[in-house]
Amino acid sequence: MALAKLKIDTTEARLADVDVPQGAAWGNAARADAMARVRQMGLPTKRDEYWKYTDPTSLTAVNASEAALFVNDEGPLFADVDRIKIVFVDGIFDADASDNLIGEGVEVERLADAMATDIHWAKDLYGVLEARGQNPVERPLAALNTALATDGVVIRVTGKAAKPINFIYLHKDVSSDAILHNLVKVEAGAELTLLETGPAAARFSKQLEVEVAEGGTFHHVRAQGRDHERRAVTHCFARLAANSTFKSFTLTFNGVLTRNECILEIVGDDAVAHVAGICVGDGKDFHHDDTVFVTHDALNGESRQVFKKVLRNGATGVFQGKILVKEGAQKTDGYQISQSLLLDEDSQFLAKPELEIYADDVACSHGSTSGAIDETALFYLRSRGVSHDDARNLLTLSFLAEALEEIEDEGLAEDLRARLEGWLTRHR
Amino acid sequence: MLEIKGLEVKLEEEDKQILKGVDLKIEPGSVHAIMGPNGSGKSTLSYVLSGKDGYEVTAGSAHLEGADLLDMEPEDRAANGLFLAFQYPVEIPGVGNMTFLRTAVNAQRKARGEEELSAGDFLKEVRAKAKDLKIDADMLKRPVNVGFSGGEKKRNEILQMAMLEPKMCILDETDSGLDVDAMKLVSEGVNALRSEGRSFLVITHYQRLLDHIKPDVVHIMADGRIVKTGGPELALEVENNGYADILAEVA
Repeated sequence: MALAKLKIDTTEARLADVDVPQGAAWGNAARADAMARVRQMGLPTKRDEYWKYTDPTSLTAVNASEAALFVNDEGPLFADVDRIKIVFVDGIFDADASDNLIGEGVEVERLADAMATDIHWAKDLYGVLEARGQNPVERPLAALNTALATDGVVIRVTGKAAKPINFIYLHKDVSSDAILHNLVKVEAGAELTLLETGPAAARFSKQLEVEVAEGGTFHHVRAQGRDHERRAVTHCFARLAANSTFKSFTLTFNGVLTRNECILEIVGDDAVAHVAGICVGDGKDFHHDDTVFVTHDALNGESRQVFKKVLRNGATGVFQGKILVKEGAQKTDGYQISQSLLLDEDSQFLAKPELEIYADDVACSHGSTSGAIDETALFYLRSRGVSHDDARNLLTLSFLAEALEEIEDEGLAEDLRARLEGWLTRHR
Repeated sequence: MLEIKGLEVKLEEEDKQILKGVDLKIEPGSVHAIMGPNGSGKSTLSYVLSGKDGYEVTAGSAHLEGADLLDMEPEDRAANGLFLAFQYPVEIPGVGNMTFLRTAVNAQRKARGEEELSAGDFLKEVRAKAKDLKIDADMLKRPVNVGFSGGEKKRNEILQMAMLEPKMCILDETDSGLDVDAMKLVSEGVNALRSEGRSFLVITHYQRLLDHIKPDVVHIMADGRIVKTGGPELALEVENNGYADILAEVA
């Protein structure tokens, strides 16, 4: 079917003046293929079904809108965690601020270096999971990222990584427009925890492709925060082999537009895939979208999607979550819950939960709710002497607890909980 | 301690008068009981005193040690020494019982300009008091009232009372949903808190709770008013003859 004129115009305008980074032959081919996918699909417009609740116009625009830098008195997140820091400033790798890219059990390289190397493992991953993830739902912004990504790192994990790796995304330039692409390959039986923190850029396109081999474990904890005017579209594509584990958690504060897509494919038996998120938004210009697609294509797979949103003063939250169980993926255990706490009548939560099941021996459940603060509980707390605002914070945190519990590392969960408490206290 | 004068209250949502002029004076250290048939306004009185939304005071006053209760937010009433043990304690998933207790204790101390309890002191105190009420470590760790049995919820209310050390305790049908053993345990907890400076208002349908928590004064409430006041023998009269005789007598 021919693309609509609006789509073609949007796409061609965006691509008119871009620089495609050059590297080794395979790298150039991967980018050219991605560029072809972008042109074939066309960039999204608000007429697309998959973008019904989130207007992509500012993400596909030729130029990024400015985003002011907001300051609060909080120090850097995970400051007490012993980790390998990899710092990007407005989407550009900062070697001086970063730790040595050498860790026990992990090999880390800059994306540009990997893509300039003729023979490299990254060849089998860069843009590969993204291309697979274009079916059955098109994700042209991910293809655009693959074609244009200017920086990023590639990580191969061969053992149990001694420390977590922390991508720290600093935002210093009010008009930065960053496109990052990271790869993680967790080899058989290996383990890695990846942390991602920071507002990144005025406009941020980020992709993470993760391959978890047999028996491998990948934990991912991310915090997108601070700057109210920032925009971001992120994609995480993961493919899971037998007996592997993938667990991802994202905390989002502020931001006029955040679209986080997570596309997981379970291809080996007995694999576990969990994806969870919390967002807290204040104000009618806050818009946050979690779009998740989990495909079960193996036996005994377990997947969980747990998403909670706290919205106030006209904020908007979106959840589009799908579990697809392919024929033969028996004994699949799929779970999905999306809930919002609406702190006033102006805020809204738009949810589209979907199950599509072609196997006959599976257990899949999903639920979605929107609610206000429980007035009875609020009174109970106040009758014990807890102030109205503190009681509301406590109840808000209790609403979020189920999602926070998805983080296995208690120290990391506690750091994020403290951030949430700080945010709730500042936004009364 | 507590002085209520001519208190008239209606529901905010519908134009329905619930309390039609309640007068009640409770001296420091004394235990008063209010009995009465369903719908007489007993629970409404406890909610209005503790500041629950949804009620409109149309006349009268309520003072705690001279301070105007009706003018205060619920949390300020608590900090001033008022405590309501709920008929149906509320479940709060995601908030640990211990965290909740400590938040409440320290919020009240802070409101009164006192120093907050250190984590160590708090823990010591809560453990000792929990032990008396046969509340184990697991119940302290679990989310507030979640998955608690009826008896556990009521014991948890008494634990909060013991930790918060209020001056004026209102017990709203604390005996409902309790078996004999649980009632004994709860009553012992309440009796242990009886002191010269602390008063109780025990709301109940039945005499049996008053076998354990011995009142000084018993009031009969009907149709939004206190219609009869007497000693503990009044509760026995209700137990033996029901409310009908008393109501007929005052009608």
